[in-house]
Amino acid sequence: MASLKDIQLKITGIKKTEQITKAMNMVAAAKFRGSQERMEEFRPYAGKFSGVMGQLAVTANPNAFPLMEEREVKKSMILVVTSDRGLCGAFNANIINAAEQFLRDKRSEGKEVAVGCIGKKGYQYFNRQDVEMVFDITDCMARIEMVDARTAGKECINLFLDGKVDEVHLLYGRFVNVVTQKPTFKKLIPISATDLSEGEVEEEESGPKATYIYEPAPEEILSILMPMFVNVQIMAAMLETACSEQAARMTAMDNASRACADMIQELTLAYNKARQASITAELMDIVGGAEALKG
Amino acid sequence: MANKLNLEVVTPTKLVVSDQVDLCTVPGTEGAFGVMANHAPILSTLAIGEMHYDKDGNMVRVAVSGGFVEVSSNRMTVLAEAAEISEEIDVDRALKAKERAEKRLQEALSGREDIDMARAKAALARALTRLKVAGHMS
Repeated sequence: MASLKDIQLKITGIKKTEQITKAMNMVAAAKFRGSQERMEEFRPYAGKFSGVMGQLAVTANPNAFPLMEEREVKKSMILVVTSDRGLCGAFNANIINAAEQFLRDKRSEGKEVAVGCIGKKGYQYFNRQDVEMVFDITDCMARIEMVDARTAGKECINLFLDGKVDEVHLLYGRFVNVVTQKPTFKKLIPISATDLSEGEVEEEESGPKATYIYEPAPEEILSILMPMFVNVQIMAAMLETACSEQAARMTAMDNASRACADMIQELTLAYNKARQASITAELMDIVGGAEALKG
Repeated sequence: MANKLNLEVVTPTKLVVSDQVDLCTVPGTEGAFGVMANHAPILSTLAIGEMHYDKDGNMVRVAVSGGFVEVSSNRMTVLAEAAEISEEIDVDRALKAKERAEKRLQEALSGREDIDMARAKAALARALTRLKVAGHMS
């Protein structure tokens, strides 16, 4: 049996761990609010953007654009968005597993694969795997900037236009609610016309209604907006992943704190038992000694 | 209110303007144009430049870059990659950006091929617009 001192040391240690996990929980909660705000601020932009894209896709002939060209898929690329930091439960592992599954599926169909990474955790994993890494952007999830999304978007678009990959999928941690984050796939390139027209078209209000004046021509506008649309989607995925990450960390740290509390309780019980046992043993000694003296 | 235009300027980071305005002028890629209430629906891409709107006789200037503008049913939406109202512009940052862009442009002109001319030019245009809107240059 562990000695009294051993148990006490263990209790102090776990108490310190508990302090850390509690603090991390609170930090994650604060960061979570921030990233949730940013996600919500981005939503009107993204919504409006897809609305206009949808309108344009109806007007213009979408098949004339290189970014929409559906060709036979020989090489498939996946853009994996993970967090930069760990200690957020199975969040990153879930995303990476989903990515691995995707790669296995594509390989079994006889296709080549490539990976692009946003976020350090995904990069660290895939860097060690036997898979082609086309680009990586790390240390960007703490402060998400459009620049990073743009860089990633440009890489993907260039790879696609140069014929190096034939499709690009996006994988990110979708934020369902605070306790649920789901790895989710989205097809990024080629942009499909059905995707576009699914974009929310705003309800018309009063005022003159007529066909739009396009400046420049709709086709030209579309060709300018399409790369931006890719960026917008990547940006949205990054914001959502960041939000999910903090939520996952909150849950993970909450669980850890609770586990700490449980352990402390058990150990205190064991400590008290051990202490009582030693007192009893001592008493027995004294009583035994006194009996012996009586003769 | 009648004869007002509902203007919204949206960027990826925030809703910059949401207001009822009388007139709004934006820098379209095919040339600047003004929009008043009951304008015909129009969709135009945006150049880097200055947009301004009038509200009850006051003019507000905004530096915008990249994106598009949509007008339909008395609602005008400007979707820009960046937009700043004149008072919110960080002049120091814009000045630094201008110097940087000018330097890069110089280097590009003197034959360095690793510099993207178009990007340097766009960066310079953005910086100049910001300074102009902030009232630091004529």
